[in-house]
Amino acid sequence: MNASTVRGKSTAVQILVVTLAKITGLVKIPLRTNSGRIGLVIIAVYSITVIFGPWLTPYIPTEYDLDHRFESPSLSHLFGTDHNGRDVLSRVIAGARSIIWISVIGTAMGIFLGTIIGITSGYLGGWFDQIAMRAMDFLLSFPSLLLALLLITIGLQRTALDESWLIIAVIGIAFTPNNSRVIRSAALTIKPLEFVENARLRGEPLYHIVLKEILPNIIPVIGVEASLRLSFALLLTASLGFLGLGVQPPQPDWGLMVNESRSHLALAPWASLAPAFAMGTLVIGVNLFADGIRQSLQLPEDRGQK
Amino acid sequence: MGLDRHPVERYAVWIKNAVQGDLGMAARGGASINSMVKSRLPNSALLAAVAFIIAVPTSLLGGVLAGTRPDTKLDRILSIGSLLAISIPEFIIGVILMMVFATKLGWFPSSSILLPGETILGSPKILVLPTLTITGALFAYILRMARANVIEVMESNYVRTAILKGLSMRRVVFKHVLPNAMIPTITVIANNVGWMFGGIIVVEFVFAYPGIGSLLIMAIDTRDMRMLQSTALVIAAIYAFANLAADLLYGLLNPRVRVGQ
Repeated sequence: MNASTVRGKSTAVQILVVTLAKITGLVKIPLRTNSGRIGLVIIAVYSITVIFGPWLTPYIPTEYDLDHRFESPSLSHLFGTDHNGRDVLSRVIAGARSIIWISVIGTAMGIFLGTIIGITSGYLGGWFDQIAMRAMDFLLSFPSLLLALLLITIGLQRTALDESWLIIAVIGIAFTPNNSRVIRSAALTIKPLEFVENARLRGEPLYHIVLKEILPNIIPVIGVEASLRLSFALLLTASLGFLGLGVQPPQPDWGLMVNESRSHLALAPWASLAPAFAMGTLVIGVNLFADGIRQSLQLPEDRGQK
Repeated sequence: MGLDRHPVERYAVWIKNAVQGDLGMAARGGASINSMVKSRLPNSALLAAVAFIIAVPTSLLGGVLAGTRPDTKLDRILSIGSLLAISIPEFIIGVILMMVFATKLGWFPSSSILLPGETILGSPKILVLPTLTITGALFAYILRMARANVIEVMESNYVRTAILKGLSMRRVVFKHVLPNAMIPTITVIANNVGWMFGGIIVVEFVFAYPGIGSLLIMAIDTRDMRMLQSTALVIAAIYAFANLAADLLYGLLNPRVRVGQ
């Protein structure tokens, strides 16, 4: 009893150590290039903002202060105030949370579905491949923004989900086809290798071949794909917020902030520029990170579309 | 409007009329959706066409210049500039252009609203900022693709042979590099025609441009489901045709992927 729990613990610790080592090994790949290093620093800064956001805001992001409307940037309001006297810096910091969470969860969902569908149909081929890929073609026949607009409008009327969850679902659905295509073609290059053949002849079940034999060998491809899709997800979420279909007021959202303050461009340009700047640096960071993985592994430039 | 009938039946009737070219009546204003689409689609097409005509040659030129001289100063500037442009959503490019050229300098109007009786061609100034916004996004994207493809071809054996047998650099680039680097790039451009009709929705909204995209947003705001269905159908149809054209063009340019015969 005791021995078995101890052994159980030690294997659990071993698995944890091995996984951690693998993750640090993977993170080191983009660090071989300058773009990867800059990208990782930017991503780290935004991660801190997301985690500690509520403690970092100097003012309450949603609090009106009508005596101090349209104030230009100063020491008390680093990025100035907007048309309702709200502190722009606090709103930018608080707004990072929703957009990053939505994009990360949505991208993770799309990558998860895309990986499973992509590897399975690449490995199996035949009728499964045909049906899966034609289903993906069907989803690809809409521009992703149009698909998002349609699904969110219908979802708001017909389901109890709010905008954030609908956007997450839309990103997951809209990005699955492209992900699965890229991952399928990566799986096709692994499929004819001897160790896969070996596992098949050993009589391993499908999930073992997909998850234990093929998946570990295409992790870098998935990494590049995930960071590229994350940058598209951020752009899509911001655009939806700008169109008024994202996070609803008074909650701060970068896209919505640009939309709300664009009628006061002459009076308070900082209220539009601050969220725009935050958006730009974040996506540049993610793109640089993707470039870093690609350069150090010498993968070809992505030929996918937005 | 037949609101007393079952939604499925109403949808079937709408589909039956839509395939015959009748999209039905708008929920408000008493106009037919056909006439609204017909008056706005040419505006969107004009915007897309002008942006395309400006973006494609300039970005190809930029891509070839950067790709044939990788890691020079020019390449760095173009690469960093295009990375910036693809990292900013279209609406932010639009708002920044608006801030500089409409609010500060006052050269162009900040909104593209047409008064009744006016046409785009009668007041071409309103076309400038929306066009620039779309051009910016397209330019960066095509430039990056062209650059990557040119670099790939430059490293190939047949280009090395061409250089080694003493051809001038100009001849190598025009005879050997360009035709081969352009095949994948042109596919990307054709795919972008479809993407543009998605991105155009946001840009038209920013500038209140009277096109099909702002009609779609109006349909969402007023909950006019029939108008939403119709505009989405029109945009998706254009997108599908653009993708078909891209596939056909690819076969035309690259004999290796042709099937059948």
